[in-house]
Amino acid sequence: MPRPLAALLLAVLAAAGVSLFSGHIDPYYLDVLMGVGINVILAVSLNLVNGYTGQFSLGHAGFMSVGAYLSAWITLIEGPRILGASGGTAPEQAALFLCALVLGGLGAAAAGLVVGIPSLRLKGDYLALVTLGFGEIIRVIFQNIDSLGGALGLNGIPNYTTVFWVYSFAALTVFTVVCLVRSTYGRGFIATQDDEIASEAVGLNTTRYKIVAFVVGAFFAGVAGGLYGHFKLTITPDGFDFTKSIEIVVMVILGGMGNTTGVILAAILLTLLPEVLRAADQYRMIMYSVALIVLMLARPKGLFNFDYARLVRRLLGRARTAP
Amino acid sequence: MTEFLQQLLNGISLGAIYALIALGYTMVYGVLRFINFAHSDVFMVGAFIGYYAGQHLPHGTIGGGLAAMAAAMVGCAILGIAIERFVYRPLRSSSTLNVLITAIGMSLFLEYTGQLVFGATPRAYPALFPSTIVSVHGLIISMNQVVVIVVAAILMVALQFAVFRTKIGTAMRAVALNPAAARLVGINIDVVISFTFGLGSALAAAGGVLYAINYPSIDPLMGVVPGLKAFIAAVLGGIGNIPGAALGALILGLVETFVDGSHWSTYKDAIAFAILIGILLFRPAGLLGRFTAEKV
Amino acid sequence: MWLAALAAAAAVVAGCKPGEHGIRIGEYASLTGKEAAFGQSSHKGTQLAIEEIDAAGGVLGRKVELVTDDDETKQGESATIVKKLIFRDKVVGVLGEVASSRSLEAAPICQANRIPMISPSSTNPRVTEIGDYIFRVCFIDPFQGTVMAKFAKDTLKLHRVAVMTSVSSAYSVGLAKYFKERFLADGGEIAIEQKFQEGDKDFNAQLTAIRAAGVDGIFVPGYYTEAALICRQARELDMHIPLFGGDGWEAPELISIGGPAVEGCYYSTHYSPQVDTPVVQSFVARFKARYNGEVPDAMAALGYDSAEVMVDAIRRAGSTDPAALRDAIAATRDYNGVTGTTTIDRERNATKSAVIIEVKDGKFKFLETVAP
Repeated sequence: MPRPLAALLLAVLAAAGVSLFSGHIDPYYLDVLMGVGINVILAVSLNLVNGYTGQFSLGHAGFMSVGAYLSAWITLIEGPRILGASGGTAPEQAALFLCALVLGGLGAAAAGLVVGIPSLRLKGDYLALVTLGFGEIIRVIFQNIDSLGGALGLNGIPNYTTVFWVYSFAALTVFTVVCLVRSTYGRGFIATQDDEIASEAVGLNTTRYKIVAFVVGAFFAGVAGGLYGHFKLTITPDGFDFTKSIEIVVMVILGGMGNTTGVILAAILLTLLPEVLRAADQYRMIMYSVALIVLMLARPKGLFNFDYARLVRRLLGRARTAP
Repeated sequence: MTEFLQQLLNGISLGAIYALIALGYTMVYGVLRFINFAHSDVFMVGAFIGYYAGQHLPHGTIGGGLAAMAAAMVGCAILGIAIERFVYRPLRSSSTLNVLITAIGMSLFLEYTGQLVFGATPRAYPALFPSTIVSVHGLIISMNQVVVIVVAAILMVALQFAVFRTKIGTAMRAVALNPAAARLVGINIDVVISFTFGLGSALAAAGGVLYAINYPSIDPLMGVVPGLKAFIAAVLGGIGNIPGAALGALILGLVETFVDGSHWSTYKDAIAFAILIGILLFRPAGLLGRFTAEKV
Repeated sequence: MWLAALAAAAAVVAGCKPGEHGIRIGEYASLTGKEAAFGQSSHKGTQLAIEEIDAAGGVLGRKVELVTDDDETKQGESATIVKKLIFRDKVVGVLGEVASSRSLEAAPICQANRIPMISPSSTNPRVTEIGDYIFRVCFIDPFQGTVMAKFAKDTLKLHRVAVMTSVSSAYSVGLAKYFKERFLADGGEIAIEQKFQEGDKDFNAQLTAIRAAGVDGIFVPGYYTEAALICRQARELDMHIPLFGGDGWEAPELISIGGPAVEGCYYSTHYSPQVDTPVVQSFVARFKARYNGEVPDAMAALGYDSAEVMVDAIRRAGSTDPAALRDAIAATRDYNGVTGTTTIDRERNATKSAVIIEVKDGKFKFLETVAP
């Protein structure tokens, strides 16, 4: 069995295992753990777009919101009709949840297509602003849809998210991104990022690669949104604004654009750090912004951008030759 | 008819403010090919400098108002030049993505430090200029609106003069056209870029003070939305093109005002973005811009 | 760098073990972010109440400890914080939040874990519908909307009004709905409705349309940030009709930003520092002494009362057992708070009077109390 697939299955099993014990884990810790997982999905999916393909998207939270609202609509609003008055058995609920997540992801992917096709002709700065704009448009639309709660949003979303779901999807996201990057698509992404004009000159359809990266990234952002909604049980249009997009962008930049392991580490750190530093909360955004500036000036590759595979091999090699 | 004329006046006044901000975006882009995300926050800082200056100046006089505006313009020119010198210049040879991220970081830094220092609650702005209201056949003309339009027009004319009739203005245009060639003919790129930033920031500061006079409630996040709108205006008119920025701003101001009075008022931000996307799709060079093919 | 962070995390976690401590009450509020002004106000009131209780010896022979966490006006934070308060800090009850949207986020967690929650000032009816462990010490929007509708019709004698709603605020949308229902039922006419968003600065377009419709007054159920500018721009457009709103108007900035334009405007709120009763005046004096001369607003007063009701319930229950505490809160009758006599009704809301405030001579002037 190829290594990535084995790793994926192992991760899913581990997630299932932890999930079984989740009744014994302090719910606050569980909360943080799930937050970490969801941020990993968001960061890794954005990394595909920003990091590997070099397309600066500032609207990731918008896709997250599409997934959140769509999945919540399925479980909360349509759910009672589908499951019946009793609320359905646990396997039925799990099946509904899985459908809701996947459909939420597909909805976000569709939004990604709609946003991506016109925008991906644009370069750097313009793309950033257009994706920002789309994020805002999506937010305004949800705010004006009364059947989705309008400004108050939706609450009472069924509590379906568990460690199993979050980490299985996190593993799936990483698996997908890693496989994509190692495939010919990955070559296309990196070529597009390195030099678009040269790539076009040798016959690569860079627009196609950009769109694929964008849509896949949006899909997983939508799944993350669905997991988020069924975890916090309340979603509002305001919660998926530009600030949220920026938080994910910071994780990608800190981790090193195009380095999946680094991005995962950055996501973990940036989810745990606010919990630890609750006292310094009011300085959080200031510290993020200074970090961005300092990073770009001093270490634009990112703080966690190491070749982890080589690092691990060297450490193992040293351990083997140690007296 | 009165309602239409009223909205027209409102739209022109709003457009004038967007123009002042848009000019800064367009000039910096013309010279450096990058969008200064932090520009909208320089606008905000300008408004706050005017606020503090206004506490030491007589209210309700033209002199007082102009003095506050001048203070804001000078302060922000210094701020803009400092940002360029210490944050953007070291990255001039980096990829555009890096500079973009830095600009975003700078913008957030200004906003959140502002929240910490000034507090997030909105403050009341002093009435710096005489705020009389004149009624002509049912059309309400506020002195503040007139001041905005007149001052903006004067500043834009001054800018045109500076860019087309002075040596440094010519140097700016040269750098915008071809930085390498400009260097070859002996132009000091660093000086020109600093000047551009200073000029753009001063205009944004003027915009900030004028905006605050018309909508006398300032807070550290006040620059975000006007900044985005001004950027859209700059792109609409053709980024890098100075009269284009003014034209785009005027159009955007009018469209926004008329949308605001209609059923779709809550979608007005979405419509502004839709305009941006439309222009980028169908006429990416903007209304007055010329499409320059990218040479390799 | 991040090894240090993990070490710090371990240290914090280890230090959080509850040892010999007083009775812990949790509070989640927006101390930073967009609505920091409200959150900080509410927190000050709550804090004062707890300090006074402890100075008088605490309750059930033990001191009361207030554990406060900041939700930064951000979606998603309230849920995490409340979990921390319940499981790490082992609080017996939770106070919060000012905003209905964040109360709705935290309430299901309190309900599921059977920890009573008292909101000081969330007015959306849905909050207490979450479950029987969720309470509030303020009136709800249906009542407030009715109060203003009656005031507009009967006192101000307005027959034809306009309504300007902030669609980005659930509070505004809700209050507008209940106002309209009552006003129309009383025979009034809503000539025109306009919409705006939070953060908007320019309302000339909407006001121009309202002016063309010819109304006697404008109802603006939003926050003071926009209300002040709306009043100004209305006056500049030569409209000298009364504008009125709800408790979102209450802030000193309404007058500092609105200036002479807000003269003769009205709004409903939960309490006024000018109400001439010993309870209120003593509270105002103690608050000013504690917080540098600051006059307590409605948020502060409600924050104070929410803490008082929680502790009073502990006293009556005779224990901190959650179920007993819940029952005691539900049984609160005629509690003499600074925001009026508080009785918790069957829907776990407070049946309370509202006060109408008029802006006169550049100051807030208490006009009348409206009983439910």
